Amino acid sequence: MSVAALTWRQYRLERRMFWRNPSAAFFGVVLPLGLLAIFGAVFAGRQEDLDVIVPGIAGLSVMSATFTSLAYNLTTLRERGILKRLRGTPLPTSAYLGGLAANAVANAVLQLVIVIVVGNLLLGVEWPSEWVSLAVFVAAGVICFALLGIALSHAIPNPESAPAYVNAVFLPQILIAGVFYDASEAPTVIHDIAQVLPLTHLVNGLSGAMVDGEGLGTHGVALLVLAWWAAVGGVLAVRGFSWEARQDR
Amino acid sequence: MMKAMTPAIEVTGLSKSYGARHAVRGIDFRVERGEVFGLLGPNGAGKTTTVEVLEGYRARDAGEVSVLGLDPGRRSRALRARVGIVLQSCGTYPHLTVRETVTHFGSLYPAPRSVDEVLALAGLEECADRRARTLSGGQARRLDFALALVGDPELVFLDEPTTGFDPAARRAAWDVIRALRDLGKTVVLTTHYLDEAQALADRVAILQDGLILAEGPPDALGASRYRVAWRGPDGALEERFTEDPTTLLAQLTAEAIARGEKLEELSVTRPSLEDVYLELTEAVA
Repeated sequence: MSVAALTWRQYRLERRMFWRNPSAAFFGVVLPLGLLAIFGAVFAGRQEDLDVIVPGIAGLSVMSATFTSLAYNLTTLRERGILKRLRGTPLPTSAYLGGLAANAVANAVLQLVIVIVVGNLLLGVEWPSEWVSLAVFVAAGVICFALLGIALSHAIPNPESAPAYVNAVFLPQILIAGVFYDASEAPTVIHDIAQVLPLTHLVNGLSGAMVDGEGLGTHGVALLVLAWWAAVGGVLAVRGFSWEARQDR
Repeated sequence: MMKAMTPAIEVTGLSKSYGARHAVRGIDFRVERGEVFGLLGPNGAGKTTTVEVLEGYRARDAGEVSVLGLDPGRRSRALRARVGIVLQSCGTYPHLTVRETVTHFGSLYPAPRSVDEVLALAGLEECADRRARTLSGGQARRLDFALALVGDPELVFLDEPTTGFDPAARRAAWDVIRALRDLGKTVVLTTHYLDEAQALADRVAILQDGLILAEGPPDALGASRYRVAWRGPDGALEERFTEDPTTLLAQLTAEAIARGEKLEELSVTRPSLEDVYLELTEAVA
């Protein structure tokens, strides 16, 4: 079987397992919906705030579909010995990682569609006007956060501690990156810290494409920051990759 | 079934260290096609390191290694398609059923066996539709066997396949391994159970501290001998080794009765692996 066919098969398997895993399916679908419902109720009638929160939740969704789930899943797969088992089969590494990545992309897209559709129909946010810019930022966000998620999994010793590691990175970032408020109104210290974090720039880019009608030209720096983090993530993801459980080595 | 051109495995001068620890220190052995070969030794003897080099998981430091005529260090897809691996401890996808898991892994190989046949061979028919995470330890091990078999490999590696099993589960696992031999597969098995090596292996290599101490059919390694021990009238412990304990006991008891003595603390035991080691290491020294 060709590498492409094996990649497709791995992707289909990952999708099936995603829907069978209650916590994964919950975070994939219910979490963005729940956040939209809560903030929709809190900011009801305040369109300015809703225009901030919806792209923020879109950015958070991209991060949770890629960074969080890959960091957690790869740690679990590695420590349970599933990666080692796969390594002993003829499945090519590229087909396996390709299927895994495609699954993360599918989840990111699924969540974005939920956020955009619900944001428009229920929360009165305009349909995105800059589709090209939206697609580019989603792609950049997915690549950047997928690589960072893989890199983080190398630092996590076991599945039990994975939520602690992931949340230590995820929670501060969604709090200061302007997911839940307009980052430009935050105190200077927080604003400065936020400027080096990738999620801030993903949210800025998504916000430009979804709400403000700003194209890629306006957010060139944001793309550069995402590219820089993607490069860091890529180097760490490849260098630290292990097919075998920590306790076996 | 037997392909005569190359042996299944040929190892010459294999060495592997982890930092300062020498796990394997220059070993040679050869496994013929269709043979069940046992690597026997205590924990830390170098068994797992040896099979993991053969499986392509570890890079060797020195020596020549050929598996089905290929170098496992190159990790070619072609070789992995011809080898089945049961690792010491290794998980599966928790949310897939047994049948789905076997079907998926089968699809990774160029010429898989039929899923139903593999499930039957591994004794998994009754749990075919259960999710993998609900399996017991013994059932999970049978799934390991099924996944190693489904690609219809020529050679199967089993790394301590029954460690931690209760006797019934061990017997069931032995039956699967015997079925592999009947299918004409070459099997390489590591174990620290002497009886397991004796029950299953055509040939055994005894490994200790990274060296092969002895190699041959299990019976030739002294494992078939019995130790008969008793306390003599002077209080000293006496022991004899024999392959025929019936005759020896008849002789000993007859002599004792004739002398009007008792054979205090009389016992007949199979030598433990340790006894065999001791004997072997003494012979080496």
